[in-house]
Amino acid sequence: MARVVIDPVTRIEGHLRIEAELQGGKVSDAWSSGTMFRGIEIILRDRDPREAWIWAQRICGVCTTVHAMASVRAVENALGVEVPDNARLLRNIIAASQNVQDHVIHFYHLHALDWVDVTGALKADPAKTSQIAQSISDWPKSSAVYFKSVQDRVKGLVASRQLSIFTSGYWGHPDYRLPPEVDLLAVAHYLEALEFQREYIRLHAVLGGKNPHLQTFLVGGMATSIDPNEPQAVLNPERIDLLRQLATMGETFVNQVYVPDILAIASYYPDWFQRGEGLGNFMTYGDYPAGGLKSVASYGFKRGMILNRDLSTVHPVDPAQITENVARSWYEYDGASGTSLHPSEGQTHPKYAGPQPPYEFLDVEAKYSWLKSPRYNNMPMEVGPLARMLVNYAAGQTDVKSAVDGALLAAKLQPQALYSTLGRVAARGLEAKVLAAKLSGWIDELDANMNRGELRIHNGEMWDPASWPKQAQGTGLHEAPRGSLGHWVEIEDRKIKNYQVIAPTTWLAGPRDANGVRGAYEASLLNTPLVNPEQPLEILRTVHSFDPCLACAVHVVDAAEVELAHEILTCA
Amino acid sequence: MPTSKFLAEPEIEEATVYSTLRSRGVSRRRFLQFCSVMTATLALPDSYLTRVADALETKQRPVMVWLEFQDCAGNSESMLRTSAPDIAAFVLDLVSLNYHEVLMAGSGKFADKALQDSIRQYKGKYIVVVEGAIPHGDGGVYCTIGGRTALSIVQEVCKDAAAVIAVGACAWDGGLVAASPNPTGATGLQTVLPGTTVVNLGGCPHNPANTAAVLTHYITFGELPALDQYNRPLFAYGRLIHDQCERRAHYDAGEFVEEWGDDGSRKGFCLYKMGCKGPESTFNCPTVRWNNATSWPVKAGHGCIGCAAPRFWDTMSPFYRRLPSVPGFGVDVPIGEIGAVLLGAVAVGSAAHGISRAIRFRKEPSEHNTSADPEPSTPPDGKPIPNEKEN
Repeated sequence: MARVVIDPVTRIEGHLRIEAELQGGKVSDAWSSGTMFRGIEIILRDRDPREAWIWAQRICGVCTTVHAMASVRAVENALGVEVPDNARLLRNIIAASQNVQDHVIHFYHLHALDWVDVTGALKADPAKTSQIAQSISDWPKSSAVYFKSVQDRVKGLVASRQLSIFTSGYWGHPDYRLPPEVDLLAVAHYLEALEFQREYIRLHAVLGGKNPHLQTFLVGGMATSIDPNEPQAVLNPERIDLLRQLATMGETFVNQVYVPDILAIASYYPDWFQRGEGLGNFMTYGDYPAGGLKSVASYGFKRGMILNRDLSTVHPVDPAQITENVARSWYEYDGASGTSLHPSEGQTHPKYAGPQPPYEFLDVEAKYSWLKSPRYNNMPMEVGPLARMLVNYAAGQTDVKSAVDGALLAAKLQPQALYSTLGRVAARGLEAKVLAAKLSGWIDELDANMNRGELRIHNGEMWDPASWPKQAQGTGLHEAPRGSLGHWVEIEDRKIKNYQVIAPTTWLAGPRDANGVRGAYEASLLNTPLVNPEQPLEILRTVHSFDPCLACAVHVVDAAEVELAHEILTCA
Repeated sequence: MPTSKFLAEPEIEEATVYSTLRSRGVSRRRFLQFCSVMTATLALPDSYLTRVADALETKQRPVMVWLEFQDCAGNSESMLRTSAPDIAAFVLDLVSLNYHEVLMAGSGKFADKALQDSIRQYKGKYIVVVEGAIPHGDGGVYCTIGGRTALSIVQEVCKDAAAVIAVGACAWDGGLVAASPNPTGATGLQTVLPGTTVVNLGGCPHNPANTAAVLTHYITFGELPALDQYNRPLFAYGRLIHDQCERRAHYDAGEFVEEWGDDGSRKGFCLYKMGCKGPESTFNCPTVRWNNATSWPVKAGHGCIGCAAPRFWDTMSPFYRRLPSVPGFGVDVPIGEIGAVLLGAVAVGSAAHGISRAIRFRKEPSEHNTSADPEPSTPPDGKPIPNEKEN
């Protein structure tokens, strides 16, 4: 048996370590460890709940809006505040565009190099690349001259002997299977996607001043003023037009570049639609309300669970069934609490019990991660784009169903192909397609509100802390790019008493629980074949298919009557 | 040892920024436009344009390694949004980014080899950028990479660097991670590198325009730009946000947002009463802006949180509490009591800064300053604030 260690796992957010045991050229067991802890929940204690979102937002700079969103929802839930319709629309627009942006960056910049050999592009015939490009899409940048210029750029880089971000790839690995012409296509779109992400996210700058870390949320609404007749209003007809242009640009890029590229690249790796399947249980909180947040039935993305890969039933989600487990995490709970607690009464007492650095291996038989292990009714759950697409597909949501069926037809696949490494990749692209299309509808609604004089953006009824009850508790749920995110807040005497986060990557990358049950990463890696253990490309393919965000995954909480409480965050 | 196909290529003369740009068909005109943007950001006189262009044409592209510790990757993401140069030009043309965990191709051993090769082959010549805080608590177990502590990695990598740059609040002074009660014993980079000049590009996140400008300055002149007492470049951190703010005229006119979403908020009135920290924070946020100069937080309707100020998480929060008092007038003075001269000035749309100057001249003639320097500002609570004087 051989032990493979990947640390750092790069092209992710945060600090992730994977240890895997090999038997007969396949992964026989795997351990996922988060190796960084900040303690943001501890830092949040005793602060003004109205500004918790500004702090919590810094849990992650990649999915930069998601903790802000979950935080204001948690505090609004605690204080019983409903936000005006314009705030609902602004939040939907911000969240959907965050998803589209994140998914595009994930595919091209964090994941593509697991499938694309950049050196292959050097050998390509640009004229053939042009033919392929034109056969799969109407995207205009598809001439042979254009692809030649991209190839020259790669050649220039090689000639300079300073290879920058491409210095250290597994180039030449035998399981890179694309023809050189498709490699060149992908490299060209890697560079175009860099331009796209910069331009598209100006949407967030218009609404929030900057990205990352928008500065526009408020408990009770948004700070984005709206007025059809005021040139100084943050949103006026001119700025609405800019939002529309950017939304259209996103929809075009997703439909003409991102989704066709997924299908083209995936067609060379059909066995990866049968590998990396993981847990088979999927959960989503749902999001994108059409009315008040409490009216879960109005959500554009439905809440629900799929169990044992059975698409015939969508099971209800009861947030009371969620617990966090620390049996194998570097934390301890108070003696009587066992190793499992609901987040509303969660504790986080960090207690490192791993090897002293520098170390070669973790003690994977004991505690081995700064991530906790969330469970639903004692079961690990896969969250994320695949979970959302499956639940909405099974629930018969028209837009999701048509996107998924269209892709399955084009790729000549059955729905069960989605339970796989490439299934996750495809689901992410299809979600981007659905959300990119929804954006213009919300912008239209905003425009209509503005034109009929509905300008409210903030509900100030509970802004003054003097109006608050002595104690309050709230939950804020949100669907972040990487999956279901929850914030739980307890307020006492106008200050935060306890704050707890369960991020999507905590669900996915967490270690085993008290029963030894693996989380999603660990389960999905079992039986992965490795051609060359020195270049564990195949492990990266599956781990990256989840889009890890480790900074999100580690959090901190405190218990009533206990002075210290911590948590680790795994990311959205 | 891992090998790379790329590294097996025959040795060829190493590329300059301009030769790399030219090889991908960038015109001379566009190249000069880029040089011009950089010269302007650096607040250099126009006459320096040719010097910047000459340097980028002739000097070798520097190798850069970018380390992340207790971070959120927000500074990496911010770098991805850079518009002059765009990120592809930044990583492929301006520098060679040989180690950056968010973008680099290789993981694990291959990533580590890229780092080790860079610091050995380019000893004394490479640039280190650090993002995130560095924890000291409990032997550094709160952040390890490849089984090593952040502290041991950063000290090894920075030892032979030509320049060390901290991007974002966390790398500068510990940022949010070091905010009270600092559960992991986090510090900024300078604390662990005594004797090294760390250039601090504070902000949450850093503004990539400033970071690109620092690099351009370094490539052009072979040295870092002028720094303030916190080792922050003066061109970016030398002036108060309040003095550059597009809403300043409303402050001087006593026109404030009183409640979120009120009439004043739609008219772009001053956010001081909603807790804006612009009067106590220095940064070029209002002029450089974000995301291809699209906007900045105050323009988007929310007060400044002072993210470029020292230890801002603890010193600037609570973020919605208004600052006690600020020099100049407006806040507690009814509009009617302010002279007609001022209102006239607002009406004709003079630049905000010019207006404030006019007011102060009327009030305290001795403070009037005809140079380009910003006016001295006294902090309301007597706390020392960053040096606003440009050199």
